[in-house]
Amino acid sequence: MKFLSEFRDGRLAKGVVSQIHRRSETPARFMEFCGGHTVTIFRYGIRQILPATIEMLSGPGCPVCVTANADLDKAIALAQTPGVIVTTFGDMLKVPGSDLSLQEVKAEGADVRMVYSTMDAVHIAEENPSKRVVFLGIGFETTAPTVAASILHAEEKHLKNYYVLSVHKLCPPVIKALLDSGEVNLDGLICPGHVSAVIGSRAWDFIARDYAIPCVVSGFEPLDVLQCVDMLVTQVEEGNSKVEIAYRRGVRPEGNPEALRLMDEVFEACPAQWRGMGTIPDSGLKLRSTYQHFDAEYAFDIDPGPTREPQGCICGDILRGVKTPLDCRLFDNGCTPEDPVGPCMVSSEGSCATYYLYGRNSGR
Amino acid sequence: MADRILLAHGSGGKLAHDLVQEMFVDVLGNPILAKLDDAAIFTASGRLAFTTDSYVVTPIFFPGGDIGKLAVCGTVNDLAMSGARPLYLSLSFIIEEGFPQKDLEEIVNSVKEATDEAGAMIVTGDTKVVDQGSADRLYINTAGVGAVAPGLNISGSNAQPGDKVLLSGPIGDHGIAVMSKREGFSFSTKLESDCAPLNDMVADMLAASSNIHCLRDPTRGGLATTLNELAKQSEIKIIIEEEQLPVHDEVLAACEMLGFDPLYVANEGKLVAVVAAPDAERVLNTMRKTRYGKEAVILGEVVEGDSGRVVMKTHLGATRIVDMLVGDLLPRIC
Repeated sequence: MKFLSEFRDGRLAKGVVSQIHRRSETPARFMEFCGGHTVTIFRYGIRQILPATIEMLSGPGCPVCVTANADLDKAIALAQTPGVIVTTFGDMLKVPGSDLSLQEVKAEGADVRMVYSTMDAVHIAEENPSKRVVFLGIGFETTAPTVAASILHAEEKHLKNYYVLSVHKLCPPVIKALLDSGEVNLDGLICPGHVSAVIGSRAWDFIARDYAIPCVVSGFEPLDVLQCVDMLVTQVEEGNSKVEIAYRRGVRPEGNPEALRLMDEVFEACPAQWRGMGTIPDSGLKLRSTYQHFDAEYAFDIDPGPTREPQGCICGDILRGVKTPLDCRLFDNGCTPEDPVGPCMVSSEGSCATYYLYGRNSGR
Repeated sequence: MADRILLAHGSGGKLAHDLVQEMFVDVLGNPILAKLDDAAIFTASGRLAFTTDSYVVTPIFFPGGDIGKLAVCGTVNDLAMSGARPLYLSLSFIIEEGFPQKDLEEIVNSVKEATDEAGAMIVTGDTKVVDQGSADRLYINTAGVGAVAPGLNISGSNAQPGDKVLLSGPIGDHGIAVMSKREGFSFSTKLESDCAPLNDMVADMLAASSNIHCLRDPTRGGLATTLNELAKQSEIKIIIEEEQLPVHDEVLAACEMLGFDPLYVANEGKLVAVVAAPDAERVLNTMRKTRYGKEAVILGEVVEGDSGRVVMKTHLGATRIVDMLVGDLLPRIC
């Protein structure tokens, strides 16, 4: 795999950067939706080398961060149910719920297991027929197809002890909600790479068309992001708003039909609660009634009790792009990756963790 | 012998005796160990270094090594990073009942091979067997004693402004090689762990220069964590150049896929040296002539101000903070 080094080539990158400097005249504010892009931008110091005309804003594209406390509390309540094994991706273990985190209930004796892929959860169910195994299904359109595949696999194997607590989120509806709120004015959107690989770049057409905002799908290497910014600048300067792809090796306009088919077979859109943004129509995925027997919401009587939000935490405002981590009183002052108060400090792709890791004290 | 380890193997009776004799003494054989007294007795004089570490890697066998090799190299390298010549090691096992004997045999053979390469000896040991479920297969603890030359002063607090920071080769091989074989991950890579004893390279470096200020092996937490430790201990700032940072393409690709930064991925056969600037080239050339230092580089330098901070000049010409690893490396979700 030689292709990576080319996307980190310093000389090429500097060429793109000077092109951006030459082209950019109009002040413009771009949002990178995806936490993965935020990491690239900070890891390579991209904000520092862009012209002063360009302001970069981090968006809500971190699946761990946007998971509402109410949903997390449900997973925790399930973990505390005797005979239940809760399986989840690693980052979720550390996110503080209303009272405890999954990591803490695990230390108290609950059976919570970190898995690297959805199929691991199915295997745990196969190996523990006397237990009920719940997979905490978080993530965007990138992970939802793999969860759908796990459910189809469980169906084929007639597994009676595998369940999914589906708190999946869909990206286009949340961007629409963000733009409709009028809280942030954007001149360009860096569209998520991996999500677009599944749903296709066409999924963003409505933003370019209805909101007149230039959209470019980006990959995750520094040169991808720089090329994307360059394309956005060009659209801004030329007065265009269209959807372009700066990640041709990963994304096609129509997306991945097989992944979309799997998702559609198992899931249907439903309203979903987002941290900091409330309930957004058609922005979540729930299991279709055909697969209801795998739905943890249906199979268990879950009562997590009242939900509490962490005091003083502004993760919600940060996710909406109206505040930055540096605006938070708790940032590096009671909230750190070792001892996080809010989810944006937990996830490796959360804005707060990224600022903390790469940008603390750097002034920007 | 039965083909699995039984609780009785750790009970001190006949089975335990046979295990110690056949599995350990016969393989690791040396006169001090063979006496089988309660403690090893040896002669040493002058300044001694003493260290201990426990090993709990999953999986136990990984590309490029196993837990036995790791347990020896880890302790040998800790001694070497203090400038010590490794002499005597202890070797203790905690084994889960039912562990395959042939696996144990393979591990002990790796211990033997690594100890021989390091020129050290296993002089004492212990074996405990615990009930199934009470341990995850097998744990090893090793401790080691080494000799430190008179007047030698290698410490993490010795870095001075103007010093150069050297790295012995590409980072992240061990972490990615181990992860590639972990349950549920299994992506295929030709990558092997870099697990190796570094004491010969250190001996050559110390012979080449008397101005080596710090030595450290960047294991768990990766290079970033080690550089931060040095910057904090010495109360200085370290600047490294991304252009100089050696990383194998396989490691870059795996990190890209998993959302990791190679700076935080574990190594088991690399070292960082902080060397007075006038000697840096000479030490670098010495490293490059050794078996495990062929791809050594001068990675950066020590500067004054911003005490305890590590920064990196990126490929793009920007700079960013390189912080310590916080928590565990976890793969990205999205």
